[in-house]
Amino acid sequence: MAMMTMVQAINDGLKVAMRADDRVVAMGEDVGKLGGVFRVTAGLQKEFGVDRVMDTPLSETGILGTAIGMALYGLRPVPEIQFADFIYPAVDQLISEASKYRYRSGGEFTCPMVVRVPSGGGIRGGHYHSQSPEALFIHTAGLKVVCPATPYDAKGLLLSAIRDDDPVLFFEPKRVYRAAKMDVPEGDYTVPLSDAKVVREGTDVTVVSWGAMLYESVAAAEEAQAQGVSAEVIDLRTLWPVDADTVVESVKKTGRLVIVHEAPKACGFGAELIAQICEKAFYHLQAPPRRVTGFDTPFPYTHENEYLPLAHRIVPALLDTARVS
Amino acid sequence: MSRIEPQPSSLPVASDENSVLRVLDREGRANPSTDPKLDRALMLRIYRGLVRTRVVDERLTALQRQGRIGFHVGCLGEEAAIIGSTAALRDQDWIFSCYREWGAALYRGLPMQTYIDNMYGNATDVALGRQMPDHITARAQRFGSVTAPIGTQITQAVGFAMAAKIRREDLVTATYFGDGATSSNDFHAGLTFAGAYKAPTLFLLRNNGWAISVPTESQCGADTFAEKGRGYGVTAMRCDGNDALAVYACTKKALAHATSGKGPVLVELLTYRLGPHSTSDDPSVYRPESEVEEERRRDPLLVLRRHLTHPSSNGAAWTDADEQSLREEVAAEVQACVKKAEATPKPALSTMFEQVFAEQPQHLREQQAECEDGPRYKGHH
Repeated sequence: MAMMTMVQAINDGLKVAMRADDRVVAMGEDVGKLGGVFRVTAGLQKEFGVDRVMDTPLSETGILGTAIGMALYGLRPVPEIQFADFIYPAVDQLISEASKYRYRSGGEFTCPMVVRVPSGGGIRGGHYHSQSPEALFIHTAGLKVVCPATPYDAKGLLLSAIRDDDPVLFFEPKRVYRAAKMDVPEGDYTVPLSDAKVVREGTDVTVVSWGAMLYESVAAAEEAQAQGVSAEVIDLRTLWPVDADTVVESVKKTGRLVIVHEAPKACGFGAELIAQICEKAFYHLQAPPRRVTGFDTPFPYTHENEYLPLAHRIVPALLDTARVS
Repeated sequence: MSRIEPQPSSLPVASDENSVLRVLDREGRANPSTDPKLDRALMLRIYRGLVRTRVVDERLTALQRQGRIGFHVGCLGEEAAIIGSTAALRDQDWIFSCYREWGAALYRGLPMQTYIDNMYGNATDVALGRQMPDHITARAQRFGSVTAPIGTQITQAVGFAMAAKIRREDLVTATYFGDGATSSNDFHAGLTFAGAYKAPTLFLLRNNGWAISVPTESQCGADTFAEKGRGYGVTAMRCDGNDALAVYACTKKALAHATSGKGPVLVELLTYRLGPHSTSDDPSVYRPESEVEEERRRDPLLVLRRHLTHPSSNGAAWTDADEQSLREEVAAEVQACVKKAEATPKPALSTMFEQVFAEQPQHLREQQAECEDGPRYKGHH
């Protein structure tokens, strides 16, 4: 065990994967010599060489297009998109290509790769260094979407994702890249995909969240507890394919549901989650499900802490939902 | 930007970087200084490939007109550009094509039945009816899965070649695309990466004069498409894309460059799309028939056949009887495959829900059950 931040845990996970399997290669803008603008790939090029840790030209289309080519060849590329906000030039390669390869070729070709994507707000990054575009990729059949909240899960989920035979988008909540430190095993271990985790048990209301907003959800649950409301908090960890059963089980117990995510509200993943819960557990609901999310505006610079669904906005939603009778 | 000009009777080999490599003259004589000097068997194999592609094309277009298949993308007039270049590749080299180069997969041995099954999207279609006709996949022929967005295969071909280079494997990737694709994001991204990593990729650019309805001169401000390659550090060559021997010679030259570690090559194949963009297109709206008539005189099948039958060509002549028998043989082969494909049922409904992921997740199990247990489509009301 070693105390690690999420940055250190992902870095360690990459090293473990690359030592175990020489098909694993890392690539992206500034990931080599510099070790990435967030230093997630620090030291990799020194250990594994320039062939396996590539500084690429500044083209997201090129990064993901060539990564797909490498995956088709039989490598396990782990490309980095420097900020989620810059993924859009490469969306054609993800939506039209990576997601469809297995299906469109009847399984002749597959595209196992992990696209690492630092995402989310809270670093004073304005429009273009703060977005959470996960719903776009969940809406695209054929992609898996992961978003860890803790250093332990980040490393374990990354190792599962790299060994998975399908393309995975791995959203890294950069707001908590260095905020949380915890004991992380130094060797090889995995956290299974599509396996949500109940991180705080409760009886009155279910809160579902992921990534950096998990910490806000837990903080809000603690505050609600002080006001007599017991909230159960679920960390989805993998967004797609979603572990709906864990949420359904919890809602059957609490009868109430609040979804918390940073992305805008309209067509955000919270909308899909609530729809699924209504389909699967409607008669267990005792209150209208609620969403506490980013607003349907571009991500703002000055007011980012009002835009983000931080604890101060989650607490009243928990209390209101718990008190509907 | 001009399309290919009528060939001169004498064939100087200019060293100018925009010069066009040619082998055959109007009478079918080969220029000794550029002739790849193929043995008769290979030359006949290439010619048979051209004819086979042409006959398949004509049959499929007819089937589409009869409403028996939904769609077809032809390559009328571009057979030499496609078959001549594929013939020059080595067995270990991979092809990442767009939707117009199915002839290359057939040339490499894709069974006709497999191709025709794709046209029908039936139970024996490799892609199980998930893709449109001509969006084939042919792994055994080292031929990638075809897609419709323009240019995406270019970048993937570069990545595949980069991976092979990392693994020290001696292979080249060849990616086909049309002149229209040189405007795509992926052309830029692919050539940028290929140049930066010296990836062993051949960019086989079929300049067929038209991006659906937009002529080359309206697509590009550069004098030639080849020039677009040079800015990326990609060596560029041009050849007469209707002359199979020139295409072969030029591709061999490009292959030698790429395999010697000197990096990627763009080959501009100057040809002409004699047919529509696809069976959904009507070229009479945007180009005069007289232009097409003029280009028909340079039909790549005629160009190579003139050589095969020219007194200077070694070996036996290619007779009208040979030609007729080959065409009948291919037509019969297609006919038999069509008959079988039409008698083959649709893929099982369950295949719609399979292979989205390696393992079927819960939501797709639920949706499959909902679909299978639900009402069946019975046609429009």
